[in-house]
Amino acid sequence: MKQAENCKSVVIRFCGDSGDGMQLTGTLFSNLSAILGNEIATFPDYPAEIRAPQGTLGGVSGFQVHVGTGIHTPGDEADVLVAMNPAALKVNAKVLKPMSVLIFDTDSFGEKEMEKAGYTTDNPFTELGISETVQLVPIALTKLTRESLKDFGMDAKSVDRCKNMFALGVICWLFNRPLDKAIHFLGNKFAKKPALLEANTKVLTDGFNYSHNLHLNISTFHVSEADDLPHGRYTIIAGNKATAFGLVAAGIRSGRQLFLGSYPITPATDILQELAARKDLGVKAIQVEDEISGMCTAIGAAFGGDLAVSSTSGPGLALKSEALGLAVMAELPVVLIDVMRGGPSTGLPTKTEQTDLLQALYGRNGESPVVVIAASTSDDCFHYAYMASKIALENMTPVILLTDAYLGNGSALWKLPNINELPEIHPHIATEAQREGFKAITRDEETKVRYWAFPGMEGFMHRNGGLEKDYKTAAISTSGVNHAEMVKMRQQKVQQVANSLPELKVFGNQDADTLVVGWGSTYGHLLSAVNQLNAEGHPTAFAHFNYICPLPKNAKDVLMKYKKVVVCELNNGQFATYIRSQVPREYLQYNKIEGQPFSVGELVEHIKTL
Amino acid sequence: MFTNKDYKSDQAVRWCPGCGDHAILNSLQKAMAEIGVAPHQIAVISGIGCSSRLPYYMNTYGFHTIHGRGAAIATGLKTAHPEITVWQATGDGDCLAIGGNHFIHSVRRNIDINVLLFNNRIYGLTKGQYSPTSPKGFVSKSSPFGTVERPFNPAELLLGARGTFFARTLDVDLPTSQMCMKAAALHKGTSVVECLVNCMIYNNGAHSWIASKEDRADRTIVLEHGKPMIFGKDRNKGLVLDGWDLKVVTIGENGITEKDILVHDAKCQDPVLHYKLAMMQAPDMPIAMGVIRDVECECYDEAVANQMAEVQAKSKVKTFDDLLGTLEQWDM
Repeated sequence: MKQAENCKSVVIRFCGDSGDGMQLTGTLFSNLSAILGNEIATFPDYPAEIRAPQGTLGGVSGFQVHVGTGIHTPGDEADVLVAMNPAALKVNAKVLKPMSVLIFDTDSFGEKEMEKAGYTTDNPFTELGISETVQLVPIALTKLTRESLKDFGMDAKSVDRCKNMFALGVICWLFNRPLDKAIHFLGNKFAKKPALLEANTKVLTDGFNYSHNLHLNISTFHVSEADDLPHGRYTIIAGNKATAFGLVAAGIRSGRQLFLGSYPITPATDILQELAARKDLGVKAIQVEDEISGMCTAIGAAFGGDLAVSSTSGPGLALKSEALGLAVMAELPVVLIDVMRGGPSTGLPTKTEQTDLLQALYGRNGESPVVVIAASTSDDCFHYAYMASKIALENMTPVILLTDAYLGNGSALWKLPNINELPEIHPHIATEAQREGFKAITRDEETKVRYWAFPGMEGFMHRNGGLEKDYKTAAISTSGVNHAEMVKMRQQKVQQVANSLPELKVFGNQDADTLVVGWGSTYGHLLSAVNQLNAEGHPTAFAHFNYICPLPKNAKDVLMKYKKVVVCELNNGQFATYIRSQVPREYLQYNKIEGQPFSVGELVEHIKTL
Repeated sequence: MFTNKDYKSDQAVRWCPGCGDHAILNSLQKAMAEIGVAPHQIAVISGIGCSSRLPYYMNTYGFHTIHGRGAAIATGLKTAHPEITVWQATGDGDCLAIGGNHFIHSVRRNIDINVLLFNNRIYGLTKGQYSPTSPKGFVSKSSPFGTVERPFNPAELLLGARGTFFARTLDVDLPTSQMCMKAAALHKGTSVVECLVNCMIYNNGAHSWIASKEDRADRTIVLEHGKPMIFGKDRNKGLVLDGWDLKVVTIGENGITEKDILVHDAKCQDPVLHYKLAMMQAPDMPIAMGVIRDVECECYDEAVANQMAEVQAKSKVKTFDDLLGTLEQWDM
């Protein structure tokens, strides 16, 4: 047996059929690593089909996790790949690093399976060009699992479904992970199914012991614990769950009932599901008949005085546009969460992209400004969902929060917040001072933020609506002069939100010639790339946008300071287009539209050439 | 105590002179005074179209929204705040064409809102195109050779969506309108009052068959729960079942007495007879007016609130910290 390799971080990728339990295996290993003091970032990568034909390339489901210290991304390439069948290997071979470890199920590499995966020779490793560069660890996962459970009296199908636990046992041995913790997580997962718990525990333990007894002649890993994290209580949280929690916290802190109107859509559905489960905390989350109704029920609840939210993905945002315009016109606080996916149309429902930015900014009829913000990590979805709510309630404006499939489904370490330390939220509700002659347009003349009054409040009755109103009387008005004034007022109201936004920070080498600019979910990859560039002697600065409309007040100062500015984003240049209009100068672009996050390697390579 | 004036806003009413909507507005304000809910506890929500201007004329909370979405916006408001009385004003286009999906789903959920469905069988605000309730062959600006499609009867949709309340009235018949509106307000669930209204400009005479008071007695039947289905100038006509069909008979002819006449049961869960009544057509049958269906059923907003109370009584999660406590966690 080789010496345990000490490393700062390691990337493990589990892959198999979409029914092989790869997401569960990956999640368990991630939790296990975090509990032992590692930082983690995960990247579930799964097909749109729930159960694609077995053994085919289209049905391969993957789960990648990066564990260790200084983790900002799920990693470009894998140190360890677990492949449950030839199709999974074929799809994922390209992520294998030189000298990485490949664990595969020999029982699934028969002639039939090879043919299904489209191999043309009988040696998959030479065919994929990895036979010389990768440490092969062949294990009869299927047979060994069957052997392990032979006395359990389970049907063959259920037995085979446990083989992912054998693989996890092997991985636990490889990474010196104590089994008792893994069994503890299994206990939570199968709390209501004691027979399955027993079977999975047995297979997991047998997998671990098998590797131990065999003294596999491969690298084992000792991964460093995170050393620069603030002390506190931590958990692992997926972006969509963090988003839901941020909304719940904002509801509590603002004293407004939290209402969600939503319609199931990949990859945003988790937000609906999380909030539907929060009746205990008084959250009214309803699943309605369509996307339009999701937005409209939220607008109704906002008219009634709630923190009102709708959640969706790109196609849903398109359907909600008209109603969003109504919220602009009626000056109602609503939060719209768009968990972006590959488009246009149905596009790539399970893959990530940043292609809804221009739709969020401009995708409505008329001059229709809204606040647009974006989260940058799975865990900061909590913060930005909270801030989206705060901005909406304090400024009587719709706010669109952009996250994406990568953030929503991925997970990260999250330090549990103290709710009392979150920023205060002061909804802009009308008081006695506005009662006399209250109208739908009664507003703070300085900020242009109108006052919120809702049914049930005596003395504040008013009529609101989607028709243009007279600036002074709130009566329906078709006057051109008045319309121009109202258009400017709505723009000014959104613009003044910048007064309360944090400044844009610059990371990396502030004095570099080159500034890397990103927004939203690319933060981790861009930061890692910039760190690497600076470490390799290529001075690079980095500015990342979470607040997009309005921009932070110092955005211009930052952007004009650098000789070269390269905007990196997962689309064809939407932020670059936007920023050119806001802060005109020359911008370089680096774009990727492959339904996948950036890799740090490709960013580094490209930025070096600038 | 309130009078109809308490529900009148200071806005000038801008419907065309002679439009049936004026009469419905007056009936609504009078009915509201009798119902007695304070104006600030009421929200009137509408979509787009002539009838959807109604909220501007009400001295309540009002929201004039977007085309077809009134039902969805009303659903959000009522679910969030069941304590508010919610009325929805909508038209045949707003409700049955662009807003059809929201309409059937609000009816299916039985959310406790009161819907005034102004049916003039035409698109007025866009100046005269046919609507989903225009009769087949109807000539309009968008159907210069007559429509080739079959119209909806709103009651069909409502009953198909398992609706619990349906009433019908005519713009000029103020007593029936107020009666229907009061019954709608009392009913827990989605109450739909189809208001047959005339459009002077683009579909004048939409309901001319029953417009005059003299004709109305013979050509309509105003249904009342628990009362025999008798109608006519001389109160001598009635409805009986003939096999599966409704039939008009004359009391005193062929040995028919009042005892033979059907008694209206609006509270009957089985919708079959309500459907037959609502679908009666001229000239052979009288048009059914009044409260056709009014059955009890749990309403959505109440069910949502009840479920929340049940969960809260059982759950150990009372605060945000409790919620965090449910997560797998560790110190680092």
